[in-house]
Amino acid sequence: MKQYIIRRLLQMIPTLIGISIIIFAISAMVPGDYITARANPNMSIEKQEQLRSIYGLDKPDYQRYFIWAGNMVKGNFGDSMQHKQPVTTVINTYVWNSFIIGIFALFFSWFIAMITGIFSAKFQYSFFDKIVTLLVFICMSLPSFFIGLLLIKFFALDMKLFPVGGMITSGLNARGWEYFIDVLKHSFLPIMVLTMLSTGSLTRYFRTSMLEVIRQDYIRTARAKGLKERTVIFKHAFRNAMIPAITLLGFELPGLFGGAMILEQIFVWPGVGHIYLNSINMRDYPFMLGFTIFLAMLTLLGNLLADVLYGIADPRIRLK
Amino acid sequence: MAKDLVEFRNLETHFQTTAGTVKAVDNVSFIIREGETLCVVGESGCGKSVTAMSLMQLIESPPGKIVGGEILFEGEDLLKLSKREMSRIRGNQISMIFQEPMSSLNPVLTIGNQISEPLMLHMLLDRKAAKKRAIELINLVGISRPEKIFDSYPHELSGGMRQRIMIAIALSCDPKLLIADEPTTALDVTIQAQILDLMRDIKQKLNTSILLITHDLGVVAEMADYVVVMYAGKVIEEAPVLELFQDPQHPYTKGLLKAKPIINQKQERLYSIPGQVPNPIDLEDNCHFHDRCEFCMDICKVKQPPFRSHGKDTHKSACWLYEEEREVL
Repeated sequence: MKQYIIRRLLQMIPTLIGISIIIFAISAMVPGDYITARANPNMSIEKQEQLRSIYGLDKPDYQRYFIWAGNMVKGNFGDSMQHKQPVTTVINTYVWNSFIIGIFALFFSWFIAMITGIFSAKFQYSFFDKIVTLLVFICMSLPSFFIGLLLIKFFALDMKLFPVGGMITSGLNARGWEYFIDVLKHSFLPIMVLTMLSTGSLTRYFRTSMLEVIRQDYIRTARAKGLKERTVIFKHAFRNAMIPAITLLGFELPGLFGGAMILEQIFVWPGVGHIYLNSINMRDYPFMLGFTIFLAMLTLLGNLLADVLYGIADPRIRLK
Repeated sequence: MAKDLVEFRNLETHFQTTAGTVKAVDNVSFIIREGETLCVVGESGCGKSVTAMSLMQLIESPPGKIVGGEILFEGEDLLKLSKREMSRIRGNQISMIFQEPMSSLNPVLTIGNQISEPLMLHMLLDRKAAKKRAIELINLVGISRPEKIFDSYPHELSGGMRQRIMIAIALSCDPKLLIADEPTTALDVTIQAQILDLMRDIKQKLNTSILLITHDLGVVAEMADYVVVMYAGKVIEEAPVLELFQDPQHPYTKGLLKAKPIINQKQERLYSIPGQVPNPIDLEDNCHFHDRCEFCMDICKVKQPPFRSHGKDTHKSACWLYEEEREVL
């Protein structure tokens, strides 16, 4: 097992090199750079050229790639041009804000999707199943900004239950428990929207997977043993139905840290998705490239994690 | 004569489909006696398996439903039991093995776990006692190194071994009746013989009745005490095994026996019954075999023949050829 993981980690190196070339090439092909993006009318051409050479933007693309990639190998992601801080520091500042929303939404959406998926499969074509299918359809077809604005209107403006946006109440110098409650209040709506968005497709996924499993011969065997329906569903069917979902769980890993660009914009949540989008607009190369590589690494790790978990859950592909 | 263990009385199991009602089991009655092996024979789709599944009450509902009749088990009507009472009988006093050993065991649970389950549920054994008994059972069905098998997963076993494990699970609570739904169909011939031997051994050792569902007359000849022949959801003939083979009455049974290849006998072509099984949706009130029957008479097309004995008490069939009444009509 250890050997397998080490081998897989080593295999990631060429993949990452490939990824770095592609994303660098794409960023280099996009017209404009950090200087033009700032569009300062008072800046003279000479001054612009001077800045370019300070930032190293005047060098040919391949040279810039090697400088950047060489620094990355040494673990140096460079400094964000926009924030005047090391890229890692910027990521560290904002990524946890996104993580809070991400992890809660992940937990709730998986929990809800599992329960509703199982029951709507168990009672296929029942009233419950039809309602679930309808809700799933609604959740999947409404865009996040629409649901987001709708919820703000109802819960924040009309009912005044939750704040409209932000992460903490400005001017409130709360510490400890009070601070926690304040953040919780602010994060409620974004978490709710994110949960709604992902619950729809997940429920469909679990429902289909469960429907397939409860038609299997071994479920009939389990019933023929005289087992209680609860045991049949939760012991015999559930584990088999969950196996294909592990792949999905692996893909959730980058999503946890990647932030939700549109949602963070709507709820004025100081998450990393927001910053990332900005860095692209501003052609803040070090941050934009660094964060993309970070997400790529998480995707690869998520894949590895999924494969390892697969082996644990399914004895048929367990490594000897 | 041995006591009756199970009696099907006018069992009706129907399936609702978009095209109409399928009477998968239509007015079926027969008796399984204690310590007896009863074989149900017939083509695919004739209602053999549905009859067995009705007994276990494992019919998927919807679309299936038992709409009439009684299934008496030791004098008690199983159809009147609550779900909980039925699940106490299932896997305990009546157990079942299936056609596909490859997919009948749960792939993510160990063999030991799956054998122990009914032991802990019905015999109320604790984990340790269940393990001991499970290992005995694995031994009983003729698998060596039972301790190792106990911790194995289904995919590590061959098809024959898995079917043995299924039998071990079925036998775990000393059932009075073992239902075997085409237990050897998916296995190769040498393994088939082994599994049948095993079932015969067990029947002798434990005096278990067996309801064996098959379309293989070779298996019938080897295993059965009593045979029930089904066609399009109905029982058309029943008799002790020797009688049925020596003196089949219904033209369908005759056809089945003729269609069986015989060793040492050179035939140009194997006989086959002409035509096809009728569409099971909304069958009319006639002999369902009439359009394939070489002896078909006018009455066969309009009226169902009664099912009764013609001569010997134990040998019954449903065919107008043996009825006096046809002269009258």
